[in-house]
Amino acid sequence: MARFVYADNAATTPVSREVIEAMMPCFESEWGNPSSPHSMGISAKDMLDDARERIAAVLGCTAGEIYFTSCGTESDNWAIRGAAMRMKAKGRTHIVTSKIEHHAVLHTCKALEKEGFEVSYVGVDEYGVVDLDELRSLVTEKTALVAIMFANNEIGTIEPIEEIVEIAHAKGALMFTDAVQAVGNVDIDLSKLRVDMLALSGHKLHAPKGIGLLFIRKGIVINNLIEGGGQEKRKRGGTENLPYIVGLARALELAKENMKYLPEVARKRDRLISALTKIPYSSLNGHPTKRLPGLVNIGFEFIEGESMLLWLDMKGICASTGSACSSASLDASHVLLAIGVPHEKAHGSLRLSISKDTTDEDIDYIIENVAPIVEKLRNMSPLWEDVVKKETANK
Amino acid sequence: MKYSEKVMDHFTNPRNVGEIENADGVGVVGNAKCGDIMKMYLKIDENDVITDCKFKTFGCGAAIATSSMATELVKGHTVSEALSLTNSAVVEALDGLPAIKVHCSVLAEEAIKSAVADYYNKIGRPIDFDYDPDHDDDHDHHVDED
Repeated sequence: MARFVYADNAATTPVSREVIEAMMPCFESEWGNPSSPHSMGISAKDMLDDARERIAAVLGCTAGEIYFTSCGTESDNWAIRGAAMRMKAKGRTHIVTSKIEHHAVLHTCKALEKEGFEVSYVGVDEYGVVDLDELRSLVTEKTALVAIMFANNEIGTIEPIEEIVEIAHAKGALMFTDAVQAVGNVDIDLSKLRVDMLALSGHKLHAPKGIGLLFIRKGIVINNLIEGGGQEKRKRGGTENLPYIVGLARALELAKENMKYLPEVARKRDRLISALTKIPYSSLNGHPTKRLPGLVNIGFEFIEGESMLLWLDMKGICASTGSACSSASLDASHVLLAIGVPHEKAHGSLRLSISKDTTDEDIDYIIENVAPIVEKLRNMSPLWEDVVKKETANK
Repeated sequence: MKYSEKVMDHFTNPRNVGEIENADGVGVVGNAKCGDIMKMYLKIDENDVITDCKFKTFGCGAAIATSSMATELVKGHTVSEALSLTNSAVVEALDGLPAIKVHCSVLAEEAIKSAVADYYNKIGRPIDFDYDPDHDDDHDHHVDED
């Protein structure tokens, strides 16, 4: 029977009912500007302060360390550029990042290279785990910032952030982590994890698109990215997006409450992995255990990902791929190439990202549908034809 | 990105998928690095008419649909008519392609030409047309990520 299964939660998530309800007063009655000194402004400011306090409580930091932004990409840009510009004055003009970062990080680093900064891109192993020995050799007294993601958005590998923080701090460099995929999926307590900056995005955890934040630890100063009025302690101009900030606060509280479901999500993820890797010439991309609880990435040889997505979509399944031919990108995934997946195999990758709302019936439905689609596409692939001929010849 | 109904029709029900044993001309274009490879098989009679045409394609929806449409457009036609098939004719027959997928139609055109070139080689006819079997065109390298 046809179903609708949304298995692309790493791309974006639906806004939850509770989040919408939490935001509604900000549209209907509490629409004031938090900077206004009158009653409308004062009550808006109260809501803003309350949201910030609640977010700080979830993340294990203080309200003063939370800076609201428009999205994860802005947080990434600000953290890296702001730190680079600040540390330049101290003679630190080197940045270390990894080869598997999100483009928001990689392209910011590329832009800084053009502006005279030196950037090192640390490699990863076959599972996508950052090479800590190489990292140790790259970080020096000239390093301003180490920017490494908490968990990878394509293959789901969780990085050894605590060790990375130590390596950065040993040389006096700042440590920033893009935790856009990790927040809500991994227990993050900023009172224990000593990162200097952390970025997160609302729409990956059931808040709307258009809201993110940057955590900047007390005592760390970075340059501004967006100048404006005195909002966010003069660090990020622009009238605060109160409805979405309130929504983000609710979404983060719910994400924390819902962490109890993560073992169940991981069990369903492992069902997908075990069933889909039984298809001949397929393999798991990313780390077998140190991975996001809802993220599956399987490489199917001899077929191309967009074709798979089109067929899955016709069956009511929304998924993603690292193929060059997907969406507007015509490059194979830089993440898959960095873990050593050859080009032709990178084109046949399928990413499924489930949530606590994905049922076992949904998992069954995905499993039932993937194998026939892979077979159908292989039967029209000239690469598969060669494999079949070779296999017949060997018999 | 949205495909036309025609493209989706040719993607879901591709015409002429398969191989031709003892084909008179076989052409392979594209490469796995770019994510598309097309293999075209032609059966040609003594009057230079393409009596059968089949394909196998590794690639995206547009690559499969353009291959399918190209086989439809050359089947039953003469070799010289097949050589005059342009990528824009394939695009038009499919009611258009998204701009970043137009290179797939170029690949389909090249696949036909490459199969005809193979036929010419087999029968000892000089190749009097241009084709690019490697299809190293410059893709627009956009980025669209989560």
